[in-house]
Amino acid sequence: MAGEHTVRSYDEELSHLTNLIARMGGLAEAQLDSAVQALIKRDSDLASKVIAADAKVDEIEHEVHSFTVRLLALRQPVAHDLRMIVGALKISGDLERIADYAANVAKRALVLNQIPPVKPTAAVPRLARLVQEIVKEVLDAFVEQDRDKAVKVWKQDEEVDDMYTSLFRELITYMMEDPRNITACIHLMFIAKNIERIGDHATNIAETIHFLVQGTPIREIRPKGESVLPDPSQISRDN
Amino acid sequence: MQISSGSPFPQNTETSPGVRKVTAEDVNVYYGEKHALKSVCLDVYANEVTALIGPSGCGKSTFLRCLNRMNDLIEGARVVGRITLDGEDIYDSRLDVVQLRARIGMVFQKPNPFPKSIFDNVAYGPRIHGLAQSSGDLEEVVVTSLQRAGLYEEVKDRLGEPGTGLSGGQQQRLCIARAIAVSPEVILMDEPCSALDPIATAKVEELIDELRENYTIVIVTHSMQQAARVSQRTAFFHLGELIEVGDTEQIFTNPQQKLTQGYITGRFG
Repeated sequence: MAGEHTVRSYDEELSHLTNLIARMGGLAEAQLDSAVQALIKRDSDLASKVIAADAKVDEIEHEVHSFTVRLLALRQPVAHDLRMIVGALKISGDLERIADYAANVAKRALVLNQIPPVKPTAAVPRLARLVQEIVKEVLDAFVEQDRDKAVKVWKQDEEVDDMYTSLFRELITYMMEDPRNITACIHLMFIAKNIERIGDHATNIAETIHFLVQGTPIREIRPKGESVLPDPSQISRDN
Repeated sequence: MQISSGSPFPQNTETSPGVRKVTAEDVNVYYGEKHALKSVCLDVYANEVTALIGPSGCGKSTFLRCLNRMNDLIEGARVVGRITLDGEDIYDSRLDVVQLRARIGMVFQKPNPFPKSIFDNVAYGPRIHGLAQSSGDLEEVVVTSLQRAGLYEEVKDRLGEPGTGLSGGQQQRLCIARAIAVSPEVILMDEPCSALDPIATAKVEELIDELRENYTIVIVTHSMQQAARVSQRTAFFHLGELIEVGDTEQIFTNPQQKLTQGYITGRFG
C-alpha cells in the first residue's frame, strides 16, 4: 500500500509484522531444503538439526499471533491494513504447517538412513524441488505484494498433484516387485505426501496474498491435477 | 431551482436494496465565493443509518444541513441542485420549511436542551405543531419519546426538573427524544457523540440502532469506528466532493477509491 500513515509508529508496526512473516517464511523454506538434503544425502545430523529447529518457527508463529492481536486491539485497522494483518495471521499458520511437514520429512529421513537405500528415493527430490520453488515464489509474492505472482503459484499446484500421483504409483510398483522394499517405500510415500501438503499450504498462502492485495478471493476454479484417489462418482455402490 | 451540469459520478458500490427516502441530485453549495459542495449525488435509504465521513471541511456537515434546509439560515449560502424527500422537492418555494423540519429532525453536536423542564423539552415540538389533542395525549407522546430515546427509566421521577440538569449523555438522549416527539421520518445527527464519554456514546449508538426500525438516519461523524459500528452505508467526502459511497462493510474492508483507503487507514487527513 503506497503512502505512509500519519502515525509513523503504525507504519513501523506493520513493517515489523511483514518482516516477521518474511523471516518465518525464510526459515520454513530453509527447513524444507535441509530436510530434503538430509534425505538425499542420508545425513542424519542434518535431519536432527531440522527437527530441533522446528521450535524456532513455532516461536515466530507465537510472536506473529500476539503481535497481530496487539495491532487489532490498539490500531483498529481497516481496509488494506486490516486485510494485511489478518492475512499475516493466516500465512503464519500455513508457514508453521510447512515447517512441521519439513520436520516430519526429516524424522522419516532419520529412519530411512537406518535401512538400505531404495531406488525411488531419487524421484522424491524432483517433487521436493518443484514444491521448494513454489514456496520460494509465494514468499516473493508476499514480500512484493504481487497478486499475479500469487495466482501463478496457485495454478502450479496442479503440477505438484500430478507429480505426487505418479510417485505414488511408482512406489506401489516397487513394493509389489519386492516386499522387502515396503518399509522404505511406505516412509517415502509419507514423505511425498508431506511435501505435497506443503504445496497445498503454499497454495493457501497464494490465496491469502490475492485477498490481501485485491480485497476479493480468487474467483477462478483451480485446475486440479491427477489424484491418487478414484473419482467418487465412478465408484459403484455395490462394491 | 437551477441544476448545474453534472460532474462524473462518484464510485458507487452500494448494494442497498431499500427504498430511497432522500435523494440528492447534483447538489452544489456555495458560501459566498466558496464552492463548499461539488455536484453531490447521494441516495439515503429508508430505515437505514447512512454515515457521512471525511476530514474537517470536506462538506459532510454542509451536506447534512442541506437535507433539512438548515443552510437557509446561513447568510450567503446558496444551494443548487435537487434534493427530494419521498420524491418531493424540499427546496420547492411552496414548501413550508417548519413542516419540513418536523419531518426531517436534527440532533446537534452539543446537547442543546431548552432551559425548560425535561417534560417541556419533549412536549415543545408536539405543542407547537398541534400534535396532541389533550394533556393525556401530550403526556403519552412525551413518555413514548423518552422511552424510545432510552431515557425514560432514568428520568421518570423527575420530569419536572430542568433538562439542563441532566448529564451530557442524558441531555443528548433528551434532544433525541425531543426530535422524535414530532414523529419525524428522517433524523439528521451532526456528530451527536463528540461531547460524550464512551459509555454515553455506547448508549446513543445503541439507541441509533433501535431507532432505525422506525426512522431513517443520517449521521455525520469524525469517528470512523462509530461510522463502522452504527451505519449500514457510508459516504466519504473530501474537499467538497463525494468520493465514494457503499455498504459500510465494504467501505471499511475493501474501499474502491485510493482517497477513501488513505483516509480510513489514517494516511492523511
